[in-house]
Amino acid sequence: MISRREFIQVAAATAALATGTGIGGLGRAVAQQRLTQRELLAFEAVGNVTIVHVTDIHGQLMPLHFREPSINLGVGEAKGLPPHITGKDFLARFGIPPGSSAAYALTSDDFEALAKTYGKIGGLDRAATVIKAIRAERGDKVLLLDGGDTWQGSWSSLKTRGQDMIDCMALLKPDAMTGHWEFTYGTDRVKQAIEGLGFPFLGLNIRDTEWNEAAFEASTTLERGGVKIAVLGQAFPYTPVANPRWMIPNWSFGVREEDVQAQVDKARKGGAQLVVLLSHNGFDVDRKLAGHVKGIDVILTGHTHDALPEAVKVGKTLLIASGSSGKFVSRLDLDVRDGEVKAFRYKLIPLFSEVITPDAEMAGKIAEVRKPFASDLSKVLGKTESLLYRRGNFNGTFDDLICQALLQERDAEIALSPGFRWGTSVLPGEDITFEDVTNATAITYPAVYRIGMTGARLKEIIEDVADNLFNVDPYYQQGGDMVRIGGLSYAIDVARPQGQRISDMRLVKRGAPIDPSKEYQVTGWASVNEGTEGPPIWEVISNYLMRQKTVRLEPNRAVKVTGA
Amino acid sequence: MTAINRRQAFALGGGFVALTMMPMAAHAQVSNDAAQSIAKFTGGKEPTKGRIALDLPEIAENGNTVPLVLNVESPMTADSYVKEVMIVADGNPNSGVATLMFTPLSGKAEASIRIRLAATQNVIAIARMSDGSLFTERKTVKVTIGGCGG
Repeated sequence: MISRREFIQVAAATAALATGTGIGGLGRAVAQQRLTQRELLAFEAVGNVTIVHVTDIHGQLMPLHFREPSINLGVGEAKGLPPHITGKDFLARFGIPPGSSAAYALTSDDFEALAKTYGKIGGLDRAATVIKAIRAERGDKVLLLDGGDTWQGSWSSLKTRGQDMIDCMALLKPDAMTGHWEFTYGTDRVKQAIEGLGFPFLGLNIRDTEWNEAAFEASTTLERGGVKIAVLGQAFPYTPVANPRWMIPNWSFGVREEDVQAQVDKARKGGAQLVVLLSHNGFDVDRKLAGHVKGIDVILTGHTHDALPEAVKVGKTLLIASGSSGKFVSRLDLDVRDGEVKAFRYKLIPLFSEVITPDAEMAGKIAEVRKPFASDLSKVLGKTESLLYRRGNFNGTFDDLICQALLQERDAEIALSPGFRWGTSVLPGEDITFEDVTNATAITYPAVYRIGMTGARLKEIIEDVADNLFNVDPYYQQGGDMVRIGGLSYAIDVARPQGQRISDMRLVKRGAPIDPSKEYQVTGWASVNEGTEGPPIWEVISNYLMRQKTVRLEPNRAVKVTGA
Repeated sequence: MTAINRRQAFALGGGFVALTMMPMAAHAQVSNDAAQSIAKFTGGKEPTKGRIALDLPEIAENGNTVPLVLNVESPMTADSYVKEVMIVADGNPNSGVATLMFTPLSGKAEASIRIRLAATQNVIAIARMSDGSLFTERKTVKVTIGGCGG
């Protein structure tokens, strides 16, 4: 069992990270002087196994700004529980001082000011430094697991079909990975890429559609620190629903709770002393799964992009949430004896790019894979006077910009933009480059469509997406945030059932109520339907920005939220 | 060794509307003959929950062909076996999905079929045992427009 003392130590370690870096009214130089690589890496080792976890890197090889959400609502049993707390509540819950480096890395409060103080976070060369240091310290006790959404999210990833990430990650020698957006490169590319990986791509919940039989390896068995470890992989359960099914017509996914239990039982019977689920379920799905499936020691969560500085315990299962976009590396030390975790210590390590020395080998590889695209990526399209960000349940200024571009460039009344959780932030006063735009849009189904839709159909779509986010049963959620809507305002009661959440839909321009039977001109992108036609979204945004030159996004008041 | 009642299979194949539009509107107006079908099958007797494993996805990847695997716990001997299992869907234009017949020679009361679901709804299975006892299981399957995840 995990002792009370261990819990206190974990809490203390978290507090040390936070308090040691509080800046108060001090300036950037002083703040950074007080933040050191040594301190970020400081860890009092425990036990015989160290799990290193990265997830949802989304093609981000370089340090970046990524604003965490200010709204991240939980419903049903998850209401008010981490990760569904933000801002000051988050800081209070985890004992993090406002204004500290940890506050900057984990929340959205004072983001603009703190971004200037602490600089960019992430970069796979910084991750490499941290991972190498952990391996140097812990030797054969270490395993490195990648939760997926690694090969997609940038222009170079899109153009190379993920090869840029595959080549860089290869230097880190992961022990296994699972996936989600990887599948949007289509069946053939996924198969080909997996063959060249040199480590297993796991997906116990993927079957072939014809025979309903396992289509991917379910697990891999490793020995670390003398402990036999089974790593099971769970791909994103709703890949063929949330993303184009026609790209992977022969693979069927799903939560498949019974299959997870069967694999855990099989692993235990086979002598595994530690069972780890490398998951792309999303945090709430994993929390429910942990309560239903017996015998999982650790779930490394992914998909919902939550960054939590402490492990969450459900029964005997530890849930780890390692954030997204390459901002963090998670280190989990475990003392495994007699087939049980006796003690653990956990640290979510934020990769402050100006504090951690880049690993030279990885830095070289990153430069090499980005070189063919360097001139495209650095092209300046415009400038922003206000912060551009995406993450949040209902809207983000980057999405507002995308919707404005869609409305204007495609001459429509209403614009729909998907609630993706990836995409980097741009600070006020900064140039908007083609890299920034493609960091928010680089997908394999980018066509911007324009069609007529009745008011009734619009409501149906909005209700449908809302249920994917706010269904009280996590197994019926798909992850992702609410669809972003330009030109239309609405009210949402998140506590109501599907079909009753959305009301007061109006055209923003005239304030006129949406007529269910009237047809509106609607534009959008990322349709999951095969054969959608239109220019790629990055082209539409680029044209808009080059015409506008400077943009300023005002706070979005189009969505009225109740029931939270 | 499962026989799908042919009449039921025809009903399944025949009267279904296209899925692409208005799944939610359809869900809001559920009022098919599921309750009557169940009452007819059970003779008004309340079935006990359990003994049936109904493997269905929480969210359908394609409402036109949803994989369903059914397993009923039973020794399947001459003294104790599963006689028949009725499967209904409470949100389709017609509730009938299939009625599966078993005998002790079936060995296992197990079946794998694909069903069509026009909207988010409950799929309900009711098993009649050789001693006349009734068991039931149900699962909600969501049929969604898709997109926007991630």
